[in-house]
Amino acid sequence: MVQTLGTLKESASQTAGPYVHIGLTPNFAGIGGVYENDLGTTMVNDETLGRRITITGRVLDGTGTPLRDALIEIWQADAAGLYNSPSELRGSADPNFSGWGRCPTHGETGEYRFETIKPGRVPFRDGRQMAPHISLWIVARGINLGLNTRLYFGDEEAANAEDPVLARIEHRVRVPTLIAAVDGDSYRFDIHLQGEKETVFFDI
Amino acid sequence: MTDLSNRKPETGAFFSRDRQWHPPGLTPGYKTSVLRSPQKALLSLDGTVSEITGPVFGHAILGEFDNDLIHNFAKAGESAIGERIIVHGRVLDERGRPVPGALLEFWQANAGGRYRHKKESYLAPLDPNFGGCGRTITDEDGHYAFRTIKPGPYPWPNGVNDWRPAHIHFSVFGHGFAQRLITQMYFEGDPMIWKCPIVQTIPDKAAIEQLVAALDWGNTIPMDARAYKFDIVLRGRRSTLFENRMEGN
Repeated sequence: MVQTLGTLKESASQTAGPYVHIGLTPNFAGIGGVYENDLGTTMVNDETLGRRITITGRVLDGTGTPLRDALIEIWQADAAGLYNSPSELRGSADPNFSGWGRCPTHGETGEYRFETIKPGRVPFRDGRQMAPHISLWIVARGINLGLNTRLYFGDEEAANAEDPVLARIEHRVRVPTLIAAVDGDSYRFDIHLQGEKETVFFDI
Repeated sequence: MTDLSNRKPETGAFFSRDRQWHPPGLTPGYKTSVLRSPQKALLSLDGTVSEITGPVFGHAILGEFDNDLIHNFAKAGESAIGERIIVHGRVLDERGRPVPGALLEFWQANAGGRYRHKKESYLAPLDPNFGGCGRTITDEDGHYAFRTIKPGPYPWPNGVNDWRPAHIHFSVFGHGFAQRLITQMYFEGDPMIWKCPIVQTIPDKAAIEQLVAALDWGNTIPMDARAYKFDIVLRGRRSTLFENRMEGN
């Protein structure tokens, strides 16, 4: 016998279910008066540094039907590439930028929308610079464990070409599933849960 | 922000997730998963700064009744109908260390199994004094507590006659985006647990039992509310001693 490691097992995930909005965005769910605002609806204020951008898209199932009951959270660096987190040791992030947002997909159209800023570049584990990106976490009825992916920007071709994470995608035809389409200051990012156009998801 | 200033921030990468312990994406007994599960393999990504950092919320976001579902939607002087309970426990990481400053959000049906949601059409009535949402933040030792009514089981359109066991949904933030977790708490002794296709998405019985809250008689308040204890375990993270890499390694 050997010593025990004494570690615990992570609590197993369960689906967020169809009524996730009651808990995470109660005002959106029509439950008023409990919280003043739904958490994560505002990421920027008038003082936030950086270029304002809008991100929209849908989450599509294996038949191409948009999910009208999904919820997405995003996490990103500020314009200088710093995260607003106690675990960020490289410097102090912009105090006027939360870096975190939450948005349910629309109950009819399935669209989500974030008003945020274009993130700066942050280093990979070996010090190489990653291309600007936003981390996404998707939960919904039918998703047993939240899905992690990344959004990269269609107008960052040079940075994307040297990104160490994108470089690890063996099947190069799948790289475009992580690149948001550009229209001025608006970016469009559809997430395909399965099928031919399936988005690359990460085990982070 | 929560005062974590006297703690050295942890910056190690997280232990890899045991995906044999969590439910897989495709679980046909839970029908909705069939078209909503990826078919291709996940791409493994050991924690970069994007994953090992995460938002941490301060107590300033909390209202006075955010952790009291019996009263936070009720009219003045009234309260929700049902079995009054306290749910409490700790948020720990896989190393057994407390996770302070963790935001917990919870939601649930009322005592009759009815959710307050426009897409819900179950014939059991709404309780005019029950909204069904709450939140709190763990203290320095990782403890949390809230007060609510015990939710009822409810039927759902999966199999012809499927019913969910009584459950409370939990959403948990740790200190890194990679720790983000949503799960469900079940109640000790509920025979419905072992009939549920959503519970059965979890392959390991021990993993299911870890989601069943024990009746905590010691913390039951006489003539007021029973108590259930529910600990939550988030991913542990490597010691930063193991994070010192040579440049370019």
